[in-house]
Amino acid sequence: MSAPNVDDPTLHVLEEDANSASNLIGTLYKRLRQGDSGMVPVVVGLLLLVTYFQIRNAAFLSSGNLVNLFVQATIFILLGMAEIWVLLLGEIDLSIGITSVLGGAVAVILVDPQFHWPWFLAMAAAILTTTAIGALYGLVVVRLNVPSFIVTLAGFLAFQGVLIYIVDSQGTGGTIPVHEKVLYNLVYGNLTPLWTWILAIGGVAIMSYRLIKRDINRRSKGLVTEPLAYVVVKVGLLVGVGLVLAMIFDANRGTFIVLRGMPFAIPIDIGVLTIGTFILTRTKAGRYINAIGGNSEAVRRAGVRVNRYRLLAFVLTGITGGVGGLLWVSQLNGVNDGPPSTLTLYAIAAAVIGGTSLFGGRGKMIHAVVGGLIIATIYNGMALLSMSASMQYIVTGIVLLAAVTVDSIARRNSAIR
Amino acid sequence: MNSTPESSNLPTSPRGPSEPSDSGVGSSSAPLLSLRGVSKNFGPVQAIQDVNLDVPDGLVTALIGDNGAGKSVLIKTISGIWPPSEGTIYWKGEEVRDHTPRTAAHLGIATVYQDLALCDNLDIVQNMYLGREETKFGTLDEITMELATNQLLKDLSVSTVKSVRQLVASLSGGQRQAIAVARAVMRESRLVILDEPTAALGVSQTRQVLELIRTLSSRGIAVLVISHNLNDVFSVADRIAVMHLGRLVSNGPISDYDTNSAVELITTGQSSRVPTTLAPSS
Repeated sequence: MSAPNVDDPTLHVLEEDANSASNLIGTLYKRLRQGDSGMVPVVVGLLLLVTYFQIRNAAFLSSGNLVNLFVQATIFILLGMAEIWVLLLGEIDLSIGITSVLGGAVAVILVDPQFHWPWFLAMAAAILTTTAIGALYGLVVVRLNVPSFIVTLAGFLAFQGVLIYIVDSQGTGGTIPVHEKVLYNLVYGNLTPLWTWILAIGGVAIMSYRLIKRDINRRSKGLVTEPLAYVVVKVGLLVGVGLVLAMIFDANRGTFIVLRGMPFAIPIDIGVLTIGTFILTRTKAGRYINAIGGNSEAVRRAGVRVNRYRLLAFVLTGITGGVGGLLWVSQLNGVNDGPPSTLTLYAIAAAVIGGTSLFGGRGKMIHAVVGGLIIATIYNGMALLSMSASMQYIVTGIVLLAAVTVDSIARRNSAIR
Repeated sequence: MNSTPESSNLPTSPRGPSEPSDSGVGSSSAPLLSLRGVSKNFGPVQAIQDVNLDVPDGLVTALIGDNGAGKSVLIKTISGIWPPSEGTIYWKGEEVRDHTPRTAAHLGIATVYQDLALCDNLDIVQNMYLGREETKFGTLDEITMELATNQLLKDLSVSTVKSVRQLVASLSGGQRQAIAVARAVMRESRLVILDEPTAALGVSQTRQVLELIRTLSSRGIAVLVISHNLNDVFSVADRIAVMHLGRLVSNGPISDYDTNSAVELITTGQSSRVPTTLAPSS
């Protein structure tokens, strides 16, 4: 791709005596300087936004509003994660918003009294629909070599038509409500407080265990490890975040009735995040999807069937988008024939704000979580301040631009995009 | 066999006795790789013509020639990308049929092209194992791969890379070349083909790559290296093969050549001081 950078003097600073715990701040600073800042700037941005809204309106950090915010974020997070699969390849899916809602509409229609499918079959059919659309895109892109931008733009238009057609053909006046408890409860149902705590403590325990075990494993094999202080800080953060989240979800947020516990949408998000991260970091498929975005010719020459993994990424986008669509129809308590054309752009924005590259080769599932939270924070906070929808679009646009600019400045010193 | 060697100093058969000067490596008399009468044409364009070349085991053979002399076509033929139009390739004395990149890899021929085929966004370990990852219970076994990479880089005396977990994007040109070569070695190659490994490298980087080539040959791996830089060639090669206008005009041990005769051969295809393998006519 690019010419080798000969004798670059900045490269040799990269190594630090990483094992001295006292050097934690220095290491962090060096990493920031080298563009290896990870998600620090984005998380700082999120905290700034939260601080601003909290100062303007003390209700912002109330548990009721925070739970509301998390639920609003789930759709951006899930569709952002869906988008990351193809963004990693350097491809794009411009139709994820429409196809996922189409999947959701399939579920809503199938659980409707006229078909009366059981909820699990209807949800499977929904995810199957989005998966099939993803596979179709993938096949056209891979086999016919049509740019994904065009394929999915065509899909955006065509499936929007399909969505309007199937919703209108139900003869319910352009709106189909959810007539089924499980689908409704995806967003509006809650875990009991006990299960909320079990899930929070269990999740934190498993993640901390894995972190510590990995560190011990690497130390015992004499491999380079992060400073011990890093691991301690990470585990501390995990425990802190887990506890705070559990307390937020556990607090009573009802006004007339008692309303406690974690909405089902949250564990669904975490589940998709966990599976996606596992595939990306621990399996060959994930490794190849990353590598293809970096240098697909190199991967091909390494004997990997590149097209198979490109297709797989489109399929994974479809699957993840299907889950997102189910949550969307649950949150709206139905589906209507005025499909949300901005949903796709929010999905891409969530991924990119979080730090995923549009050019492929750089992206993590967690990026969509942070990006989705930022978008939901703006959305939620501005509504709380009674600001208009127009302002909300403007601010989201500015934040998107700022996030990408900060990211590109931070990476200017590093060789990778 | 449809080859007709035009010069008497080449064996008529690869199973026949090889030249005495490249003895000493391997008990078998057949060289590791032999080309006999190999030609390659693209339609009417004759890219290489009637090449007879022996690449002995454990030695560094430098392939030199001007731009367009056919060096790249020759190595692509050897690595199976373009099967020869005519002629035969022998591997350890056995005829190679249906030569493809896959069979070349199977035989132990690894080619490092100029673009190195590394993924900038992956770290060194991930690049080393790209396409052949070690797995444990279906998941990537990072620790095994990292340990093996550390060991290999140590064996090859690649000491300038400090962490095998740094991204390839952050490496210098020489380090990248070293990683690409190390990857070729890791796949248990018998013959490593390097295409201009020192092009675009600074002085110290070049020295590192030349040292790496030496290390390979001391490990018994045959190296075929294309280079434009005669200083590099004379400091690292055991044998020289000169191409001119698609023909192999001369090849032999490095002691038969000096810079002047090499330049003569590269530019004119003949030299007053070195016997050429071709009649100057044709």
